Amino acid sequence: MKKTIQRFSVEYKRVLDEKGNIDQKLMPKISKEIIRFFYEKMVLSRRFDERAIKLQRQGRLGTYASVLGQEASQIGSALAMSRDDLAFPSYRESGVFIARGMPLHLLFSYWAGDERGMHTPKGVNVFPLSITVGVHPPHAVGAAMAFKYKKKKAATIVYFGDGATSKGDFHEAMNIAGTFKAPVVFLCQNNQYAISVPVKQQTAAETIAQKAIAYGFEGVQVDGNDVFGVYKATQDALNKARRGKGPTLIECFTYRRNDHTTSDDASKYRKPSEVTPWEEKDPLLRLQKYMKKNKIYSTDWDADVIKKADTLVNKAMVQAEAMPNKKPEEIIDHMFETLTPALKEQRTQLKEEAKRHGS
Amino acid sequence: MDLNMVDAINLALAQEMQKDKSVILLGEDVGEDGGVFRVTDGLAKRFGNHRVLDTPIAESGIIGASIGMAIAGLKPIPEIQFEGFLAPAFDQLISHASRIRYRSQGHYHVPMVVRSPIGGGVKALEHHSDSPETYLVHTPGLKVVIPSSPYDAKGLLISAIRDPDPVIFFEPKRIYRAIKEDVPKKEYTIPIGKAKVVKKGSDITLITYGASVKTSLEAVGSMSDVDVEVIDLRTLSPLDTNTIVSSVQKTGKAIIVHEAPKTLGVGAEIVALLNEKALYSLEAPIERVTGFDTVVPLRKFEHFYTVNAQRIIDGIVRVMQSGV
Repeated sequence: MKKTIQRFSVEYKRVLDEKGNIDQKLMPKISKEIIRFFYEKMVLSRRFDERAIKLQRQGRLGTYASVLGQEASQIGSALAMSRDDLAFPSYRESGVFIARGMPLHLLFSYWAGDERGMHTPKGVNVFPLSITVGVHPPHAVGAAMAFKYKKKKAATIVYFGDGATSKGDFHEAMNIAGTFKAPVVFLCQNNQYAISVPVKQQTAAETIAQKAIAYGFEGVQVDGNDVFGVYKATQDALNKARRGKGPTLIECFTYRRNDHTTSDDASKYRKPSEVTPWEEKDPLLRLQKYMKKNKIYSTDWDADVIKKADTLVNKAMVQAEAMPNKKPEEIIDHMFETLTPALKEQRTQLKEEAKRHGS
Repeated sequence: MDLNMVDAINLALAQEMQKDKSVILLGEDVGEDGGVFRVTDGLAKRFGNHRVLDTPIAESGIIGASIGMAIAGLKPIPEIQFEGFLAPAFDQLISHASRIRYRSQGHYHVPMVVRSPIGGGVKALEHHSDSPETYLVHTPGLKVVIPSSPYDAKGLLISAIRDPDPVIFFEPKRIYRAIKEDVPKKEYTIPIGKAKVVKKGSDITLITYGASVKTSLEAVGSMSDVDVEVIDLRTLSPLDTNTIVSSVQKTGKAIIVHEAPKTLGVGAEIVALLNEKALYSLEAPIERVTGFDTVVPLRKFEHFYTVNAQRIIDGIVRVMQSGV
């Protein structure tokens, strides 16, 4: 005896196409003001990113992971969150931090190598970013389970890339989330590269979205360069989560246009001819085309948006660099609420050393 | 020929791969990219993608699959891109790789070399500056090797590849390109489990390993009034007890230097060892100059943590002053 016991399909969604046209049926209800706000945040993310790379080249920041080309995935999803929702970002999520209102000077401080930059202010509901790949999805699941337990009307979103879907922790998190119907959204930015390894070598599966099926919940693929599509998919998934209907995996299909980080040289493993077509698919350009067609865009306004973004970015870096240095003994702090005897001794040692030799 | 550590390791890998078809490399970005530190550069091109495997990001899978390859007749050399990424593979290392010989009572064994960069000093992100050697040294069934120079790296790596048991081969990333020295083109081995006296001396024994060997030699070189004997452990497990003990019996004083946190670091084991084997030769309390029991700070304040020459000099002075 032989019969088919399950059949599956995976949906692909796009609202805004490369020419700036929208699918009316899928278009979420967003006011002109909000659309302008989307654009402003995307510009701010882009300008921050460009400046961060320049500052790294000047030695003022350390290794930095660029967001270039992924702004729609990040801004679209982050702006779909409600205030109480909690985001769990990876290291390539400056756009998410910016959209959630993280003060830019803290972001700069962090990338300059000052961990105080990850102390998010109250109300900025973003967890410190994860440097190691694909290890934080279980944290988002646990937080979501806590929200559910406390009957809090909030959900979590965990951000990760295609490479992270190879990790055991990702699969364990998906499975636990499915089992407990945790109010969590798994948001994968499939930017098609894990440093040098293309997504085709990362998984034999056709899509990342379909991985959700095995864990008993919905997976959907959206055009990751379409800010409306990402916004809509994330909003739907968050609403579903908050209604107690469990998790969703959203695969934002996009492309990492820059090197993996400023420490990488992508020309070693991919040709410029592969990158160029994605410049035409740029998420900002696409939104601009839509706005022009709908007469909510002018070059003067755009210039003003850029100018305002640059002012914020400039001020933030000045503020970051004006932050007083840590004292040597402060590297011991924050290990425990109350320092252990050994740590107290080491703190004193650091203090005395600094007195003796200067720091 | 003059080589840095990256090139010396690359050469050792290439020579062993050439000689033994069962040697294969696997890891994240080790193929086309040649590894993020370029240690495996050119090897995929030379030996083919079937012998240099770009894997998915799955450290537990990389080490677990390497164990499988090893018990089935290959000699896998998995690379874990940064020491901080070893943690996801810990179950495979401490519960399996280290125990398969015992579990099968000698029927199976795991001839695998896990290569991983280690340590700080490169102004890196979190999980990229750590010194987790103690966890592995503490695990029965693993050997742990850490070279301090290009010459040693080549000889020790060849020994590790030919060793029938699992070897963790740590590469101190701070000195990947900081030292260039003559490395013979021909194959040679340096025995695992043998320390090296890198500088003879009579007043005090300084025991160290990895990148701290260079810093220690710099510190010692600036001290004209103390004659320090410097031992490079080269292998952390098994420890070369004889070299350590006989040196301290001669000098009567000891100081241990390592980057890893102080508590239960390799230094603690050496102090215990000297207590057992050389207590009556000791003329002063043994000093440990180590990292702190904290997370290695990020780029901006990492120097507060670093075991630098000044800290080593201060430590030596403390021992010399407290001596009887």
